Amino acid sequence: MTSYLVSLLGGALIGLSSVMLLILNGRIAGVSGILGRLVQGINTRTNSAFVVGLLLGPVVYFAAFHHWPTVTMTASLPLIMVAGLLVGFGSRMGSGCTSGHGVMGLARLSPRSIVAVLTFLVSGILAVALLHGAVL
Amino acid sequence: MKHEQLQVLAALVVGTIFGLGLALSGMLDPVRVQGFLDVFGTWDPSLAFVLGGAVAVAMGGMAWIRRMSRPLLADRFHLPMNSRIDAPLVIGSAIFGLGWGLGGFCPGPAMASLSLGLTPTLVFVAFMLAGMVAHDRFLAGRTS
Repeated sequence: MTSYLVSLLGGALIGLSSVMLLILNGRIAGVSGILGRLVQGINTRTNSAFVVGLLLGPVVYFAAFHHWPTVTMTASLPLIMVAGLLVGFGSRMGSGCTSGHGVMGLARLSPRSIVAVLTFLVSGILAVALLHGAVL
Repeated sequence: MKHEQLQVLAALVVGTIFGLGLALSGMLDPVRVQGFLDVFGTWDPSLAFVLGGAVAVAMGGMAWIRRMSRPLLADRFHLPMNSRIDAPLVIGSAIFGLGWGLGGFCPGPAMASLSLGLTPTLVFVAFMLAGMVAHDRFLAGRTS
């Protein structure tokens, strides 16, 4: 029960920060878009500041709770490489990921984002089903 | 301070709150994300609360933003103009979802998790960035 409450609070912070970026800088807080523009050398200072902030988030968490957030990766290295490539390529091709489409897109009721979110939820569910079928 | 410097500062603060939210919500843990996607196995619904909380707050914020003529630190709002539901959107999202399920990471949490200095997450991010560059080279001019 408390873990759901913490999840809700964490989600609220994600929503709050996304709104803040739009109110302050007029930009959608889509991480794949920000990373994509960063590797293309567009708005380098602002986009890298956001990424530095992303990295500071877990450090603030550590300072508050005196332990790091849990990160458990069970996939083999080759699978991690394939997954990384798919996430990078797909998020750019689909013009967004869980933040841009999932948070801001849904909040704006953008039809494109609703389609994107439903699509990546379905393919994500399929991937995990595939993975567990292959592992067993 | 000039607007551009304030924008950089704003991005830093916003990114930090975003990263803290990811850490609090459990999104940094690929196994937990995969548990959320494991609807045919032992489903962990907690990430639905993350998305619910994020979208609810963002919707409230959007109601506010719609009454603003321009952002505080910039000349205009940069919102996506494209409203077509086209093949790149659907195919790209499907490819992204596959990787998200297989690795348990989407771009934000993958970046934030680098702070913990774990090798697998470093490898993931390196290949994710390579995938982004590959897309932008491969399909240059078709999307922007």
